[in-house]
Amino acid sequence: MPQFTDLLFYAFAGLTLLFGFLCVANPLSRNPVTSAMFLVLTIISMAGLFVLLHAFFLAAVQILVYAGAVMVLFLFVIMLLDLKEEDRRKLNKTAVGLGSLAVLGLAGVLVRAMLAAKPVIAAGSKPVEGSTKELGRILFESYLLPFEILSILLLVAMVGVILLSKKDLK
Amino acid sequence: MLENILSDPSVQFFLFSAAKIAVVFGVVMTFVAYAVLVERKVSAAIQDRVGPNRTAPPLALKIPVLGRLLQRWGMFQPMADGLKFILKEDFTPAYVRTIYFWLAPAISVIPAFLTLAVIPFGSNLGQQKMVIADLNVGILYTFGIVSLGVYGIVLAGWSSNSKYPFLGGIRSSAQMISYEIAMGMSVVSLFLISGDLNLSKLVEWQANHGWLVFYQPVSFVIFLVAAFAETNRLPFDLPESETELVGGYHTEYSSMKFALFFLGEYANMIASSAMMVTLFFGGWSLPFLGKPAESLLGGLIHIGIFIAKMIVLMIVFIWVRWMLPRFRYDQLMDLGWRRFIPLALANIVATALGVALFNR
Repeated sequence: MPQFTDLLFYAFAGLTLLFGFLCVANPLSRNPVTSAMFLVLTIISMAGLFVLLHAFFLAAVQILVYAGAVMVLFLFVIMLLDLKEEDRRKLNKTAVGLGSLAVLGLAGVLVRAMLAAKPVIAAGSKPVEGSTKELGRILFESYLLPFEILSILLLVAMVGVILLSKKDLK
Repeated sequence: MLENILSDPSVQFFLFSAAKIAVVFGVVMTFVAYAVLVERKVSAAIQDRVGPNRTAPPLALKIPVLGRLLQRWGMFQPMADGLKFILKEDFTPAYVRTIYFWLAPAISVIPAFLTLAVIPFGSNLGQQKMVIADLNVGILYTFGIVSLGVYGIVLAGWSSNSKYPFLGGIRSSAQMISYEIAMGMSVVSLFLISGDLNLSKLVEWQANHGWLVFYQPVSFVIFLVAAFAETNRLPFDLPESETELVGGYHTEYSSMKFALFFLGEYANMIASSAMMVTLFFGGWSLPFLGKPAESLLGGLIHIGIFIAKMIVLMIVFIWVRWMLPRFRYDQLMDLGWRRFIPLALANIVATALGVALFNR
């Protein structure tokens, strides 16, 4: 049923955009926790988009890492800081206007680029399957070096955080 | 006309999935109700008491012998408990953040049920595979959903807008994140051995080669302990430890909203028991019943085996709760980060070496 998946795509895409907007500029509440929760919803709707692309692994990891771990830590920090200032701050109308202008401009550039590009699926090439095995093979064969460099980058960040948080290192 | 629609494979798929979901939901809800009863009876036995043995609806005692027996076993207690929860006053304190206060109980229940979707609770019944969604990334899906479970508790603690619930919520988020890592790493070695992330395939592998708990006892221990931490049960029930935090994150809740947290805890317990059965104890298979069922009876027997294994693990959960004292918070964190994570990592390396050496 292709129409049904199309419908789902539009639903998830719309939800992603809507939640994303509510995350940055919620007219009803300036509460940081609300923004964080809308970010979680954005991430979950994006996972839905990944599922529609048959990238199940990416969808699962998206929820596991971003919604499940990173955002919980965000929430943790927000709650500990207890940001009352943010709550009272009014929505800055000029900022929203200028921001949406910038977003519209960027979206325009993207749409133009997409219209100008002519996507060609090379004859005989297999459709991309997002299975875990394939992904692992690609990561550890073709892209091994970038992958390892990224892990070192994360490790460096981690060591840096530990250094910063420990005031009296022996 | 109707036959045409019914023979359409996608419609059939939809109908069978809906039926499976409904049945699983019903079974789990019943299990939750009676798990509470078992918990009370087991705790009573451990503390040398009798446990609930008085409740009975008016006419039940008229049944000759059975009525009295069921009353003594407390079989009607869950009904009375449920009724009590519904009829109690649902009080919302004036100072809470209302929207999150209302959302939190629901958010804490939903993930528990969602994780059950990928668990193969039987081989097949007729033409149908006995799993709601046979995902290729099964285990990752489970961990993704489990990691969402923390939101309900964190939001409950925060939205209650009072000290003790807040401390409970903060504790729970730290605890759940820490133990999720150990839990996730403990199962990696299983999939190194079996070679597929799909849970149905994992069960089939175990049916052919033997239960994974014998191959991976270390990762089973880590998973079991992490499961206690994830379900917030003693000895790791620090988010709601009643001697220091009143009731933890659900202090301000009453009536059905409180019942939802309760339900979520037991549903989580069921889900993690089911998960452990699938991962370590061969799912629906027994050493001599390893072939996927061909007859209806065989399929039912497989489901029965799965449920029996699950009940044994749930009794372990309940038994441990009444035998062990609560950990201190720093001990809990120490155990998670400094013992289990290195142990799980070492286990992965050792398993990988073993697989590389023996599976040439």
